[in-house]
Amino acid sequence: MKKTTRDHLITFGLVVVVYLIVQLLIATGNMSSLMQGLLVPMCTYSIVAIGLNLCVGYLGELSIGHAGFMCVGAFSGAVVSKLLSETVTNGILLFVIALAVGTLMAALCGFLIGIPVLRLRGDYLAIVTLAFGEIIKNIINVLYIGKDSQGFHFSLSNPIEIEEEGLWLINGAKGIAKITHLSSFTIGVVLILISLFVVYNLVNSRSGRAIMAIRDNRISAESVGINITKYKLMAFTISAAIAGAGGVLYAHNLSTVTATPANFGYNMSIMILVFVVLGGIGSFRGSIIAAVLLTLLPELLRGLSDYRMLIYSIVLIAMMLFNWSPRMKDFRAAHSLKGRFGKKTAKEAE
Amino acid sequence: MSFLSNLINGISLGSVYAIIALGYTMVYGIAKMLNFAHGDVIMIGCYAVFMTMSRQGWPPLLSVAFAVVVCTALGMIIEKIAYKPLRRATPLAVLITAIGVSYFLQNSALLIFGADTKSFTSVVAVPPIKLAGGALTIPGTAIVTVAVCLVIMVALTLFIKKTKAGQAMLAVSEDKDAAQLMGININGTISLTFAIGSGLAAIAGVLFCSTYPSLTPYTGSMPGIKAFTAAVFGGIGSVPGALLGGILLGVIEILGRAYISSQLSDAIVFAVLIIVLLVKPTGILGKKVSEKV
Repeated sequence: MKKTTRDHLITFGLVVVVYLIVQLLIATGNMSSLMQGLLVPMCTYSIVAIGLNLCVGYLGELSIGHAGFMCVGAFSGAVVSKLLSETVTNGILLFVIALAVGTLMAALCGFLIGIPVLRLRGDYLAIVTLAFGEIIKNIINVLYIGKDSQGFHFSLSNPIEIEEEGLWLINGAKGIAKITHLSSFTIGVVLILISLFVVYNLVNSRSGRAIMAIRDNRISAESVGINITKYKLMAFTISAAIAGAGGVLYAHNLSTVTATPANFGYNMSIMILVFVVLGGIGSFRGSIIAAVLLTLLPELLRGLSDYRMLIYSIVLIAMMLFNWSPRMKDFRAAHSLKGRFGKKTAKEAE
Repeated sequence: MSFLSNLINGISLGSVYAIIALGYTMVYGIAKMLNFAHGDVIMIGCYAVFMTMSRQGWPPLLSVAFAVVVCTALGMIIEKIAYKPLRRATPLAVLITAIGVSYFLQNSALLIFGADTKSFTSVVAVPPIKLAGGALTIPGTAIVTVAVCLVIMVALTLFIKKTKAGQAMLAVSEDKDAAQLMGININGTISLTFAIGSGLAAIAGVLFCSTYPSLTPYTGSMPGIKAFTAAVFGGIGSVPGALLGGILLGVIEILGRAYISSQLSDAIVFAVLIIVLLVKPTGILGKKVSEKV
């Protein structure tokens, strides 16, 4: 078996094993309802982190606007499931339709935003993605969509009137209310597996290698005939689509979804970025592990009440220093078990 | 007349953004990192003034000086503990550490000062100027803010151009290794940059809270992000760029809020930023970087 294939199978296996353990814990009543409430958010964050890791790790472009794509996915998905909730009674089918629409809308946004944004480099690109994320959140907050016997009503920034028995789809800053609860832990895990399948296949394909070539050296990639714009856009759009799928899952776990700075602002984008960097840039398995652990950490520290977020931040700083500081890297190399007992690398053997 | 008074408010807000943006731009120029914790240093400065002036009854100038000292020390300590060990690591690692520091400052403030909104008393005692028979009023805070901003800009430009330490900062931002070979103390210079940037953040924070007097542990983060946008807008790494970017951003925000839509003002600001960056990818006054093959 090829090394990469084995590596991918380990990741899939890990997700499935964790899923089975959690189901066992729930069945035997060993999991508190608080923890059960965290399961779907954990899946959401893992999915968005996988999407962002594709952008940061393989395309090599820092995006701090992925919460915006999540927001697009969440709102378009929820609007569709609300519209169709009477005609489509099968919950799974309804979710799949919402998922398809949400993912497509997020991909479309990613594509449209990607065209201008990907011309920029480095930190300028990061700040523009942040700007787009904030714009999306801002616009959704003043968007009114309603439906009644007269048909659909749209409005931007001015509240509109609809008939008494009409249906509000998006009510400005009040967001979307009364969403059917369609998300479940099982659906979340299936979505994680699908996203993993998509990104693993992408990065091991011809297109994936082209994307990584652009990341490593844009000019040499261009000189061997790789279409820079096409592959950059491809990676960015897929990354946005996966974030959108995470958003659909997120929205259908809540009864009311609103676009606030806490859930779709840059804070969320940064939180996802923290998962990606801490889990290891370019490692999808790491992203999932970091997303799960860092979502659990504040809950595990709940006994410390007020101090938990403070401890969280200290742990974050300490982990970053431990992982990335050049001095700590030397220290770990000198004292690791692998270095003492494992095979010596060619450099050390000399 | 209402247009003029909006314009004045915009310039006043923009001056605050410009002072904060200076901190971002200087640190970025030298350490090549986005200091996400900068906005929270502002908030700590505001609390320092609030606790000494409103609670202990210190005179305003003394408590502002105290806040500057606190923030300067804080900036240097943060740099020593969190950023210095990562000097040669990837920029992303430093960015995440900065985010960790930002969370740390917010949550420390939450524990020490509580989550309730404190109402900040303005430190400015200058009376408003009434022009055109009372039709146009210029608030005292606006006059002081703009004046302070201009003084800081001139002083900083002179400092960078005329002093040895300023020249060292320029050299380090140009080429770290070459500067080191010329005998410049890199660590000292970076420390100094953080000290100046954080000291300015305290002043900016006090001016911001004098205009918008509600203080919470999260007060600093939105002006921080806006000021960073202003720094990018004007061309990151450039001092006049920070001034220009800050003032333009402030004016666009206030005019957008007054004439287009109060809810969409942030979206308008960010949309203008995107358009500017698409036309001039390194900001209005940014240097054009040519690529070597």
